[in-house]
Amino acid sequence: MDLSLMDINWRVILPEITLAVFGFVLLLLEAFLPKDKKRITGHIAWIGIVLSFLFCLNLYGTQLSSFKGMALSDNFAIFFSFLFLISSFFVILQSLSFLKREEQVRGDYYALILFATLGMILMASTLDLVVIFLGLEIVSISLYILSGFRKKDLKSNEASLKFFLMGAFATGFLVYGIALIYGSLGTTNLEKIFILIPLTETTLPGKDFLLYAGIGLLIVGFGFKIASVPFHMWMPDVFEGAPAPIAAFISAGPKSAGFAALLRIFLLAFSSFKPDWILIFWILSVLSMTTGNLLALWQTNLKRLLAYSSIAHVGYILIAFVAGGNSAISGVLFYLSIYILMNLGAFAIIISMGSKDREGTDLFKEYAGAGLKNPFLGVFMAIFMLSLSGFPPTAGFLAKFYIFSSAVKSGYLGLVIIAVINSMISVYYYLRVIVYMFMKPAEEDIKPVSIPFSLGLVILVTGIGILAFGILPQPLLDLAYNSIF
Amino acid sequence: MVPVSYYILLSGVLFSIGVLGFLIRRNVIVVFMSVELMLNAANLAIIAFARNIGSLTGQVIVFLVMTVAAAEVGVGLAIIMMFYRNKKSVNVDDGNLMKW
Amino acid sequence: MEFIFFIILSLIAVISALMVILQRNPIHSALSLIVTLGSIAGLFIVLKAFFLAFIQIIVYAGAVMILFIFVIMLLTLRKDEFGQEKRKFQRIFAIIFSAFFLIELFIITNYTFFGKTEKILFTPADFGTPQALGRLLFTDYLLPFEIASILLLIAMVGAIFLARREE
Repeated sequence: MDLSLMDINWRVILPEITLAVFGFVLLLLEAFLPKDKKRITGHIAWIGIVLSFLFCLNLYGTQLSSFKGMALSDNFAIFFSFLFLISSFFVILQSLSFLKREEQVRGDYYALILFATLGMILMASTLDLVVIFLGLEIVSISLYILSGFRKKDLKSNEASLKFFLMGAFATGFLVYGIALIYGSLGTTNLEKIFILIPLTETTLPGKDFLLYAGIGLLIVGFGFKIASVPFHMWMPDVFEGAPAPIAAFISAGPKSAGFAALLRIFLLAFSSFKPDWILIFWILSVLSMTTGNLLALWQTNLKRLLAYSSIAHVGYILIAFVAGGNSAISGVLFYLSIYILMNLGAFAIIISMGSKDREGTDLFKEYAGAGLKNPFLGVFMAIFMLSLSGFPPTAGFLAKFYIFSSAVKSGYLGLVIIAVINSMISVYYYLRVIVYMFMKPAEEDIKPVSIPFSLGLVILVTGIGILAFGILPQPLLDLAYNSIF
Repeated sequence: MVPVSYYILLSGVLFSIGVLGFLIRRNVIVVFMSVELMLNAANLAIIAFARNIGSLTGQVIVFLVMTVAAAEVGVGLAIIMMFYRNKKSVNVDDGNLMKW
Repeated sequence: MEFIFFIILSLIAVISALMVILQRNPIHSALSLIVTLGSIAGLFIVLKAFFLAFIQIIVYAGAVMILFIFVIMLLTLRKDEFGQEKRKFQRIFAIIFSAFFLIELFIITNYTFFGKTEKILFTPADFGTPQALGRLLFTDYLLPFEIASILLLIAMVGAIFLARREE
């Protein structure tokens, strides 16, 4: 009953504590630093991320548990923490020059990014639905604020409002789902749920129906958060309206966090119900990739295009839930790591092409001929687009390959055929970006853009990462395989 | 003694009213109130279940959900204020700069 | 006796909830929502969750709803902005969707409970007291409690950032 502070293993949540402390420091700096000194806030933010990363590294392989099982450090949690921290690190690097250009260098912006990262780590490193829910809310609320960061921009306001309304709606479904699951099993702990499910059939007949309804509502709630069709409506608008680094952030970290929670919930807690929910995931997967790819064909805005492409990629990842098994889970981990690199790199290029007066347009025609004027940006954009569409030898190809092959092994050939057809459709719009950059003549005389150091670093590291993992995937694959729960 | 099923039905009705309100109303503030209705319906269900099982944890969950709801209200109303300041409207349909 | 309370409170809750979504004037909606929240607090008392009933009234019906009404007043909406409700198609879809949802839930509860003897397993003596809740909150649920504090901090920072006028 009694719990003294000495009994708590603080080491387990050290990465989270680090992020929180740095967040507080940034908030204080925002309040007290003179305006011309605020540039250091961004650097403090990435130092915090690096420190937290080191603590995570120290935790890898420890399998500790603390706070009565509410926080744990299994390899799965640590792997996802790595992903979140790396993506936040890149987003902060992107923001350094973005905020400077916007003349909006603020400490609270970075503090919110750190807090959002904290929420994601909590979601991945717990076995309790309540903590998952709270982590999700931390992430969502920070992102509602961040997507409205350009306060005077109508599009940014609108993105924030739509994101918020849809997110709150999804929260309603999520809470009701948790309520029904709690009601039928009496616990919110995923491991206990897994143990209790076979027992309930004998003791309380009929309670299953509540459980089924609860699972359905959870799927709806998480469907909104990871933006799978038909719960995707908010995503393109948020991508277009939100500041570019925040759009990049949304596509990378929070989405992976949603998948981390989904993996634990469905492939651990409700794994004995798999025959019942597999059809739902099958349909969600097909709908997401088909709708995402078809709608992406019409886009004239690069950020919107990436939003629909992101929806399509959710469809590909959901295939792994249908397939199930260890190879599918490690496939998801591999896919998400690669996806984060590709997307953050592409967004870094979008940011370096933008300027203050035409922020938030990102139309294709602005990119006409840009590849020839800026060969560095052009070549790397080509790499990211090829990787997103799944061309060998980029890592995007391998990522798709591992998930598809795990589905084939489990006997879902039809689903894989649909996915392959979808990938072929997607080649059209990804290549269109490259065609615009290299083959269309520029509408007006454009000057080569000067790329700030931090942005160039992001582009270089992500691009080389994609090529390296495309040729030598084994280290990452091994890491992913050792990190399944 | 009132059976749990009555409470669950009541909370289901309230939840559905909330969903309906979210979908039919165009005024952002009322849309948001509908979300609050949904959360309250869920809270009622949790408390009813907690009483049925005789466990205290349900009450803690409700306590935390209330915290989340309060935080959401704070941020949500600020976002609505910001939207109104630039757009001079609280109609959901006026958020129409971006489509498809 | 308990049953009568339940019936009265749930009728008030449902009717006022309907008023929330059917009134044209947002102020009236907000006032109806206060009534709903109050009757839910009453139901909490019937369920012996005393502490939460008071939290519900203080935090929800009090603080949160005051905030809503405050914002509605601040926005000083003109009459014609109260609610131009268009979009017939969407409305029909919404009604069908909610009806479907409700029927489904009804069937579920029907299957689950009705016709089965249903009794409360046991109720701990301290069910609903602040002491019991507090003890749980600071032992088993310490981590969620701390997370909630960060959540509130974020909300505070965000609200100040978003609502403040640019200098």
